[in-house]
Amino acid sequence: MKPAPKPTPETQPFWDGTAAGELRIQRCEPCARHYFYPRPRCPRCGGDQVEWVRASGRATLYSYVINHRPAPGFEDDAPYAIAVVELEEGVRMMTNIVGVPNTPEHLELDMELRVVFERRGDVSVPLFEPVGGAA
Amino acid sequence: MTIVIAGAAETDEVGRLPGHSTVQLHLEAAGNALADAGMTIHDIDGIATVGTPGPIQIAHALGITPAWLDGTGVGGSSFLFHVRHAAAAIRAGLCSTVLITHGESGRSRVGAGRFGLGADSLLGQFELPYGVVGPPTSFTITALRYMKETGLTHEQLAEVAVAQRRWAHLNPRAMYQDLITVEDVLASRLVAYPFHLLECCLVTDGGGALIVTTEERARRAPVYLLGSGEAAESPIISQMEDFTTSKGFRLSGEAAFAEAKITHEDVDHLMIYDAFAHVPIYGLEDLGFVGRGEAGAFIAEGHTSPGGRLPLNTNGGGLSYTHTGMYGMFAIQESVRQLRGEAAAQVPDVEVSVVLGNGGMFASAATLVLANRLP
Repeated sequence: MKPAPKPTPETQPFWDGTAAGELRIQRCEPCARHYFYPRPRCPRCGGDQVEWVRASGRATLYSYVINHRPAPGFEDDAPYAIAVVELEEGVRMMTNIVGVPNTPEHLELDMELRVVFERRGDVSVPLFEPVGGAA
Repeated sequence: MTIVIAGAAETDEVGRLPGHSTVQLHLEAAGNALADAGMTIHDIDGIATVGTPGPIQIAHALGITPAWLDGTGVGGSSFLFHVRHAAAAIRAGLCSTVLITHGESGRSRVGAGRFGLGADSLLGQFELPYGVVGPPTSFTITALRYMKETGLTHEQLAEVAVAQRRWAHLNPRAMYQDLITVEDVLASRLVAYPFHLLECCLVTDGGGALIVTTEERARRAPVYLLGSGEAAESPIISQMEDFTTSKGFRLSGEAAFAEAKITHEDVDHLMIYDAFAHVPIYGLEDLGFVGRGEAGAFIAEGHTSPGGRLPLNTNGGGLSYTHTGMYGMFAIQESVRQLRGEAAAQVPDVEVSVVLGNGGMFASAATLVLANRLP
């Protein structure tokens, strides 16, 4: 079985979002800037005037590797891409890319992606697929 | 007050040592460093080492009652941090002579700590769910972005391993000594595209130790600490600000060069922590030895190889010499050997050597400027 994250109090709103089919991230109101991973204060200004907002779910492919030595639970997927995507809101997160063969030919940096969710036990993790099908 | 490295040694052997526990590796390295320094445990009043087994156990096992302890554990760069912290502690009068030890049964896992982080850790929540299997699948994730933005080729990435093997070829202690070609590297199996096996570091057993004190207390020709710097960036690699440059490399390097009052032209020899083939490329650029996007060609043209103008990773590095898991200790050891004129692949006339250590996956960094003379 693929590993499932275990939420902590400061990350719970993120995982509540994914369970509801939404990608929720934090935004600092004075800085007018989003940030990720979840934490109580804005890493830019140090302030606590932060809110949870729903991200559009649109992203681009920032970088990746294609792993040939699968992690437990990933045996059927290998080789599979471990990717970092950049959300439209400017923050980056690690993820997997689905809906497209995980080969260098099909995974072009900066290709457009959108979020989908995969159930893992009690939580859902955000994955990304190409906009408009395979590249 | 002039701070020096007055003793330095590795374990008798490095490589596959299933007969040595983690603690034994620490103690053997400590004994060798004390002998190298012409000192005994009674000269030591400060101790620094990483996490498990940690400074309490190492001091106790050696019979040292420390007046100063440092357990800074920020990955493979930790021993560079220890040197810097020891220098500050000695200058502040907290202690006079510090023993820094490293021992790691990285390959054989004898008496070694357990890997693994909880599902509620930062890594457990935001990286492990995506099938990460340790550094080969995450430290490497910046490289494709770097290649796209700078034009670095797969062949140039492979050249890093080729260049370092040329040094290992001259070092009888290196785990792998046979010369290799770019074709060999690209034909080795893919671990995590774009990284092939020969572009990933070894996993070995071994240890090393250092003795840091004042020039007055040194009993042999010392290696001077001219400057140092330390920095941190992100605990998880996905949050690194820019995948094409390491903030920690830049900041720690700038601080060390400024304190040492040196320029790049003063540097005769360089060690850059090489867990994977892209890391020396980042290091060369982030320390300012070459411009952005130039390091791949610089290495491919032979400038860091034997006979080149900037000898780099002259023990063979983590790619070919040894890599226990926390390699930084071995980078410092090679720098000391070069400055003493005792290296297996000795570079002529080394007076100033720079060591850049990485911790975690571009998570922490420290830089030391070492010399065998005062400016």
